[in-house]
Amino acid sequence: MVRSAQVVRVLRAGGGGSPVASVTFEDVTKRFGDVVAVDRLDLAVDDGEFMVLLGPSGCGKTTALRMVAGLEGISDGTLRIGDEVVNTVDPARRDVSMVFQSYALYPHMTVERNIDSPLRVRRYHADGPDKPARKLSKVERDERVAEAARVLDLEPYLKRKPAALSGGQRQRVALARAFVGRPKAFLMDEPLSNLDAKLRAQTRTELVELHERVATTVIYVTHDQVEAITMATRVAIMSTGHLQQVGTPQEVYETPANLFVAQFIGTPPMNTLPGTFTTEGGAPAIVTGESRFPVPKGLTTRLEEGQPVVVGARPEHLEVSAEGSIVHKVRAVEWLGHECLVLGTVGENPVTVRQVGMSPSEAESTIRLSVDPADVHLFDPDTTDRLP
Amino acid sequence: MSSVDRGAGATVAGVGQAGRRRAWPGRGRGGEREHYTAKEIGLALLLLAPSIVVFCAFFYRPFLNLLYWGTLESRRGGAFFEDVGMRQYREQLTSDDFREGVWHSLQFVLYTVPAGLVLGVLLAVAAHRRLAGIKVFQTIFSSTLASSTAVTSVIFLFLLNPVVGVFQVNWFNERDMAMFAVALPSIWQNLGLSFIIVLAGLQAIPDEVVEAATLDGYGPLRRLLRITLPLISPVLLFLLVVLVIFGFQAFAQIDILTKGAPAGATETLVFKINRLTRPDNIGIGAVYSVGLFVITFVVTALQFLILERRVHYVN
Repeated sequence: MVRSAQVVRVLRAGGGGSPVASVTFEDVTKRFGDVVAVDRLDLAVDDGEFMVLLGPSGCGKTTALRMVAGLEGISDGTLRIGDEVVNTVDPARRDVSMVFQSYALYPHMTVERNIDSPLRVRRYHADGPDKPARKLSKVERDERVAEAARVLDLEPYLKRKPAALSGGQRQRVALARAFVGRPKAFLMDEPLSNLDAKLRAQTRTELVELHERVATTVIYVTHDQVEAITMATRVAIMSTGHLQQVGTPQEVYETPANLFVAQFIGTPPMNTLPGTFTTEGGAPAIVTGESRFPVPKGLTTRLEEGQPVVVGARPEHLEVSAEGSIVHKVRAVEWLGHECLVLGTVGENPVTVRQVGMSPSEAESTIRLSVDPADVHLFDPDTTDRLP
Repeated sequence: MSSVDRGAGATVAGVGQAGRRRAWPGRGRGGEREHYTAKEIGLALLLLAPSIVVFCAFFYRPFLNLLYWGTLESRRGGAFFEDVGMRQYREQLTSDDFREGVWHSLQFVLYTVPAGLVLGVLLAVAAHRRLAGIKVFQTIFSSTLASSTAVTSVIFLFLLNPVVGVFQVNWFNERDMAMFAVALPSIWQNLGLSFIIVLAGLQAIPDEVVEAATLDGYGPLRRLLRITLPLISPVLLFLLVVLVIFGFQAFAQIDILTKGAPAGATETLVFKINRLTRPDNIGIGAVYSVGLFVITFVVTALQFLILERRVHYVN
């Protein structure tokens, strides 16, 4: 749908727009009365990076995004776009654009006017970054609108009002309006959440392609971990106003920094159980009830006998094996077509096992599981932080 | 006068739905049905019957009576009436007195309507923000709606009293200023209505649309003119129509403040109609009433026809 090859020309055309810029939060705090929505956020979004802010509702991710846009004030700390501190800079002068969850199109304007809207009112460094900013001429505006419409496949709809468009088309108009001004950074607030599942998957791929070619800084807010993992260069996971972990999708999946991240990333989430470390009765292990989890290499020497820990293992890393040291009571088996989820308990704790194809396990039976020590995660039960 | 009031009211409702009616005839859900059965038509008439009866008894029949009275000329101070056909209509609707009444009504409308719209929008825009205690101001601004015309008029009578007034002017007795002075309490009283309606319109605009405009680079004034006003245009059209009708119907404030003085300078059409209700001139009163009805109808219809094309209905 998005003809990505052409995007380069539209969005990075020579002498057209502003240089791409990094976005840096330094100790940024946002308070609403007594409520701290964002607490001392330190986050550097690099030039051209696709950064996804991920977290559950109310974690402060949207507030963080709105602070970049200038739609929310900053209570404490410093926010930079490029080298410029923008704490008190007017939203229109920050040279960022935003795609809203509801798309926020102007319902009384045609698609063409919607896309043209920022070009009409803003001033641009159209003659190069060193020359003064100026209003674009009608010819320049028409050129940009036409090209954005072509790239986003909106040409047949230019004369329509947004009410006459489908959700996916409206979303593309919102994207066109955001891209047409060639801003330093694109901010996106759950732009896919109003699309149906099929269109969402398709648009995800298109956004990634778009970003790969324009290499513009994108800050993308979502509560959907699939979006985060599939699209992001890096993911910043937030909870209750605090940044939990920043890393590539692979990093946050494979080495979650704490229990929150471990359980937030992955579907179904990581199994976590309380246990204690022991060297008795064979190889060093984490004992929980009658089950024993192996301990990752390098950690055995750092744990003390009887030390309480939280042990974690992803459903796909647990294997059914007759010699396994983990005793699993099967409660139900969910067949999902390409895989099975074996739901049950280890001791008192719910544990899910993912098996490819059809599982031979039956409900109410007891099976034994094994796990590679390298796939076992340990967390401190008090701080919930990962044990290194 | 009351039948004239009802006439104007019915006009608004009728014209307001005219646009929607086009999609209706002969088609059921999804357009697959072309005709209604006799049973359905019977049921529809049955359900409509109460309102048809009420409208016939209290609007259509009195209105036909009014049309008929317009053809009756009073003889010997109302002792008996002679049917003169359309002659009385022709004579009275082209008389200087009728024209003067129309001009005075128009003056009143021109003083009250633009001021009501502009002040209502300004006040509502000022009060449409998230501030502690803003509800207090919203209540104050809308409170004029709850005051009666009589009370409002008396307040202004004292405000503008040449001896004891806050503004010691003699406008009610000056030919050039009297209509403006009479319009002031109406402007003030309409402000509450304008404020509430515009504020409701503003609150229906999604925050994100305004924020998008801010990020696009729209300043406050451009945002108001290019985004906010177009988005509340249905509300503004409604308000315009209502205020115009209020203006044409204004009576109590004139009766209280000037009684048409000085030298008939504040005699609006309605005020003149009120004078023409005695047996010796009731035929003329009927002609004036029909005239007012036609004027109100035409002005309202024009507002819809001309302005509705510029109104943006979002949904």
